[in-house]
Amino acid sequence: MKSAELAGIHRIIRRNKRRDLMFAIAGFMALLIGVLTFLALFLEMAYSGWERLNPEFFTNFPSRRAGQAGILTAWVGSLLVMLVTAVSAVPLGVAAGVYLEEYAVRNIITDIIEINVTNLAGVPSIVYGLLALGVFVYTFGFGQSILSAGLTLGLLILPVVIVATREAIRSIPQHIREGAYALGATRWQVTHDHIVPYSMPGILTGVIIGMSRAIGETAPIITIGALTFIAFLPEAPIGPEFPWVNFEWLKSGFTVMPIQMFNWTSRPEEAFQQNAAAAGFVLVLMTLAMNAISIWIRYHLRKDIKW
Amino acid sequence: MQDAKTIGFSGEASFPPLVTSDRLARKALRHSKERVIEFLLFGAAGVSVLTTLGIVWVLVSESYQFFQSVPIWSFLTDTMWTPLFADAHYGILPLLAGTLTTSLVALVVAIPLGTTIAIYLSEFAQPSVREVVKPFLELLGGIPTIVYGYFALTVVIPLLQMLIPSLPGFNMLGAGIVMGIAIIPYVSSLAEDAMRAVPMSMREGSYAMGGTKFQTAVRVVVPAALSGILSAYILGISRAVGETMIVAVAAGMQPNFTMNPMEPAQTISSYIVQVALGDLPHGSIGYQSIFAAGLSLMLMTLLLNVAGHVVRRRYREAY
Repeated sequence: MKSAELAGIHRIIRRNKRRDLMFAIAGFMALLIGVLTFLALFLEMAYSGWERLNPEFFTNFPSRRAGQAGILTAWVGSLLVMLVTAVSAVPLGVAAGVYLEEYAVRNIITDIIEINVTNLAGVPSIVYGLLALGVFVYTFGFGQSILSAGLTLGLLILPVVIVATREAIRSIPQHIREGAYALGATRWQVTHDHIVPYSMPGILTGVIIGMSRAIGETAPIITIGALTFIAFLPEAPIGPEFPWVNFEWLKSGFTVMPIQMFNWTSRPEEAFQQNAAAAGFVLVLMTLAMNAISIWIRYHLRKDIKW
Repeated sequence: MQDAKTIGFSGEASFPPLVTSDRLARKALRHSKERVIEFLLFGAAGVSVLTTLGIVWVLVSESYQFFQSVPIWSFLTDTMWTPLFADAHYGILPLLAGTLTTSLVALVVAIPLGTTIAIYLSEFAQPSVREVVKPFLELLGGIPTIVYGYFALTVVIPLLQMLIPSLPGFNMLGAGIVMGIAIIPYVSSLAEDAMRAVPMSMREGSYAMGGTKFQTAVRVVVPAALSGILSAYILGISRAVGETMIVAVAAGMQPNFTMNPMEPAQTISSYIVQVALGDLPHGSIGYQSIFAAGLSLMLMTLLLNVAGHVVRRRYREAY
């Protein structure tokens, strides 16, 4: 081979290798944009909101004076709404997932349900808000309450719980079922005593991811008419007198963390922006903590299972 | 043992017929319990269908009321959206323009970045890098959108204003850019899954022919994973169209019939938020108008969902 030709080939090789390197750098930069945005967002809120992050911020009611305003009603509201969401979405989602994996026969009804779950996952969250406004608030008459909000978010995360449950169940080997059936267990006994307990880590991961999405949702809750300024707490769920639990809080007006933050963000004064930053910081910490728990479950709880 | 023998030899008379029928009854009870449980589980699965029916029913029935007083033609062609003014106009076009513009800006950010990240993670990065980076990207997708809205308003728009001094305080550019960053994880993670599903033998074939990593990625892996990548894009578009809080905070709340991203405008979803924040009486035309807006939004995302199904079927490669 002539040396000129060889040199030409070397040039092509060098050029192609350079392209590889350039793309690797570009890819890394693209990643950095994502990661740096996250860091910038987090640090900016921590920096701007730092002064406000004292104990009073968590125990004060909202106020017209930015310096005295706190997030008490917001985090209590978020907690209660999340409670309703979990109580409604988890049993429903797990039951639906179990049905689709363990019971359903392949037929047109099952197909409809499956396609439907996939499509629901793509419906914008604000549309769930409109559904809740029409059905929960006005048709069922729950009003603009914690109950309505919790059920709305429950429906919103239902597809997440269903999909997670199905994936967890699918990873259980068939011989577990066969063993149980061979001993005379009924389908429900197999499901209840074996399938659901063994798929718990997967289900929990899905539930936590769904809940961390629900805690940050703003639009559907605004749509059902949550108030943005609330200076009272709902009635306590547990009381000193018989029957110790009361459900009045379900009907109570409320606000939640993201709405409180939205309210402060949309005010022009600098002091309220500071409050917004502090509230946002708390909100992001909450979702980070939930994501961390789900990652932890995924890695540690599953490691012990050997089929 | 002794008992069993006694029973066995003393004849069937010691088995009262009652015992047998009790067993049957228990079996029947167990059977009916199983049926009840199956029915309950089926009911739970049916809730998702009821949700869809509920959405359709609410949107269609309220919009029907709305279109009793507003002709569909003027809804589709009027270029003014002023439902809360005395001189009310109900033209969806300004809201549609706002929605499309912010979504376009978001896609211009999210598609190149998301695709590059996906190619990098699937073809270039070490497995250890991927393990660390993927959860980080998922976190980016899990941040509440109101936080992104705050970030757009207090950080990104002021930065943009340094570059473009004439930029107003609320604008679709800033909102769109931040929305793009927010939907990067949806695009990159799905596209990466699609690329990782391409069998190794295809890459090996390309390497054997002397292809570099970049050539293999662009000419072999991306075309092979095209259906998955395109459906990742469609999911991204659908997220952008339905996104609410970022645009509600940073794009402004004024319906503005323009496709210029430097201007403030309102999207369909931020209109719904604006009305819900006020105190509109149930049954008024303003109340009904948010359902008509929601129906338009729902139809757009439905169209995108259908397009996604078609793309997946049309471009699916059989390995």
